Amino acid sequence: MQASLEQKYNFDVVRWFTIMAVVYLVVGASVGVYIASELAWPFLNFDSPYISFGRLRPVHTNAVIFAFGGCTLMATAFYSVQRTCGVRLWSDKMARFTFWGWNAVIVLAVLTLPFGLTQSKEYAELEWPIDILIAVVWLSFTINFIMTIATRKSSHIYVSNWFFLGMMIMIVYLHVVNSLAIPVGLFKSYSIFSGVQDAMIQWWWGHNAVGFYLTAGFLGIMYYFVPKQAGRPIYSYRLSVIHFWALMFGYVWLGAHHLQYTALPDWTGSLGAAVSIAMIIPSWGGAVNGMMTLSGAWDRLRTDYVLRFLIIALAFYAMSTFEGPVMALKTVNALSHYTDWTIGHVHSGALGWVAGVSIGAIYHLMTRLYHTEMFSERLINFHFWTATIGTVIYIVAMWVSGIMQGLMWRAYDEYGTLAYTFVESVDAMHPYYAMRAIGGGIFLLGAVVMLFNVLMTVRKSAVEGSLTKARALAVAA
Amino acid sequence: MANYPKTKVKSFQEWLEVNIWGLIIATGLVLSVGGIVEIVPLFFMKETFEHAKFPEIVWDGAGKEVIAAVDDAGKTQWNWKPGDGVRPYTAVELAGRDIFQREGCYLCHSQMIRPFRDEKERYGHYSLASESMFDHPFQWGSKRTGPDLARVGQKYSDEWQRQHLRAPRSLVPESVMPGYPWLDESYLSAKKMQRHMRGLRTVGVPYSDADIAAAPALVEGKTEMDALVSYLQSLGTMVALDDSKVYRE
Repeated sequence: MQASLEQKYNFDVVRWFTIMAVVYLVVGASVGVYIASELAWPFLNFDSPYISFGRLRPVHTNAVIFAFGGCTLMATAFYSVQRTCGVRLWSDKMARFTFWGWNAVIVLAVLTLPFGLTQSKEYAELEWPIDILIAVVWLSFTINFIMTIATRKSSHIYVSNWFFLGMMIMIVYLHVVNSLAIPVGLFKSYSIFSGVQDAMIQWWWGHNAVGFYLTAGFLGIMYYFVPKQAGRPIYSYRLSVIHFWALMFGYVWLGAHHLQYTALPDWTGSLGAAVSIAMIIPSWGGAVNGMMTLSGAWDRLRTDYVLRFLIIALAFYAMSTFEGPVMALKTVNALSHYTDWTIGHVHSGALGWVAGVSIGAIYHLMTRLYHTEMFSERLINFHFWTATIGTVIYIVAMWVSGIMQGLMWRAYDEYGTLAYTFVESVDAMHPYYAMRAIGGGIFLLGAVVMLFNVLMTVRKSAVEGSLTKARALAVAA
Repeated sequence: MANYPKTKVKSFQEWLEVNIWGLIIATGLVLSVGGIVEIVPLFFMKETFEHAKFPEIVWDGAGKEVIAAVDDAGKTQWNWKPGDGVRPYTAVELAGRDIFQREGCYLCHSQMIRPFRDEKERYGHYSLASESMFDHPFQWGSKRTGPDLARVGQKYSDEWQRQHLRAPRSLVPESVMPGYPWLDESYLSAKKMQRHMRGLRTVGVPYSDADIAAAPALVEGKTEMDALVSYLQSLGTMVALDDSKVYRE
């Protein structure tokens, strides 16, 4: 039966994106561990422009968000849209273009960012020619996805596709508006917006890169892969509908909470905070919906390591979507803003939720795409524990350092003067920065093991000839 | 096109679930609301900028007089004085700002002081929206691995800034900042800075023709280090803020 699938669907592009996602996970995490180490041991900057923290940090964020995250989204979206619609991708050519175009963007990012070619807008650093390429590739991805749904064989559009679709549309809005700039050179441009308006637009982009790209997209993954791996239907259809519309409507407003107490008008920040708090409800609705899908099959967690990844990811999703609204509260934000707490929050989402659900989906995909079992189940279990422990160490280090920074900056001594100089707070961070680098290193170790496991599975499939057999069978049939 | 068994649609939600174009339009509309409500008013509400109420925040010579130019004797003559109000950056400061962006300084240094007692004592008066009105893009930052720089101008000598940029730990042993020794090795390009100023003028920064004409002489012989220090020394020096005035509620 699997044999005919190879014939019916375009799995080639899914295979390419899947393998590249794992490669980029290792690359992105390695750069992350390196820049984390630079903050703990600054000699690692080596007085070299190309590896100094300020130039490498965008390499890390772009590698994990757009290279790893992007390849994962494209692999899973292309896979699940074909399976849920019962048709082949609308255009194989466009899918191939999406793959090569997206990888070209990633290569161009690596060739420009270390040279300081940047728009200096966080998570939108790439300069205007690359931005144009991103827009073209993204549209080809989106159009192919939409047209595949339009030619579907099923009557209803499955919920995972709603989430993917919402992400695609929103990213078009965000990317186009936030990247509007006046070019003054081949790799230099200035945003057409300035000051307070630019700040609001940047964080409208910044938080929705999180809310749509890293949340809605990965919820699409969750809604397809959790029920598939668990072998049960999603817990509640009604909850999915509420989750979807509330997320689409609400997330867009949150950007303003990044700018509380700044020169942004107070009404905007307060509005952002109010909606942020309300977002706990749909977020937890979604997390419950995913977890309760396992209801009656919890014992599977004992033996199914892939399911473990998916479920721990949902636990991190629930945790960070609780933490986020708390940090958006004005009184908490006054303490947490500008500190490492934000970095910790981002990574509980990024390592715990996004990477967790991606890794689970990729292991699931590997067996389907190569028509064989994983090279080693035990290594998946090893990966699970390194990923979880590494993430927890990372988050705890950043919680402590973030709250400590915030408290030290505002501390007064008995004479009513500031208790600490700024640099004393920097000095106090050293042990936590070292701890963060170690946590990240443990997470990276797991990623390297995953890459090994994935490559060995590809090799195993080649030796067994399982993929060739699957393709040949279809022809015979 | 789709060839699936037709079922009776029972609700609007279900209609969307069987109609991809309807789903796209509905999702697109729902996604637009938040952005429109939060962003569009910022372009139209005058109160967004403090200079609507306190016009003295912005230099009245911006776009009319040349900010600074090199005279025949080779000395830089300024028409603007510190405290005269917000103005566009000079060619050298702008080059410094380009370097600030290029090196990713904004990733560890904010330029946005919040209205808290400790921030006032540590960094100075809270930042105003009008102060960054010519900043394309804004450089408010989001993280303080190092201190805020919104009002760092003139707090340290030029020589201190240079030494600190070359080797931060020679002056502040606990610092985790990278060194930037390469900034001493490159010189500014007059043509490039004029191009950058013209670009900024098209997006609304009031550079006069005289400002652009003055650029080559200003950047002549200046290194990237000179430019970055000149930018840092300008930060927060433009407006003379009055503690007795309430600029923002």
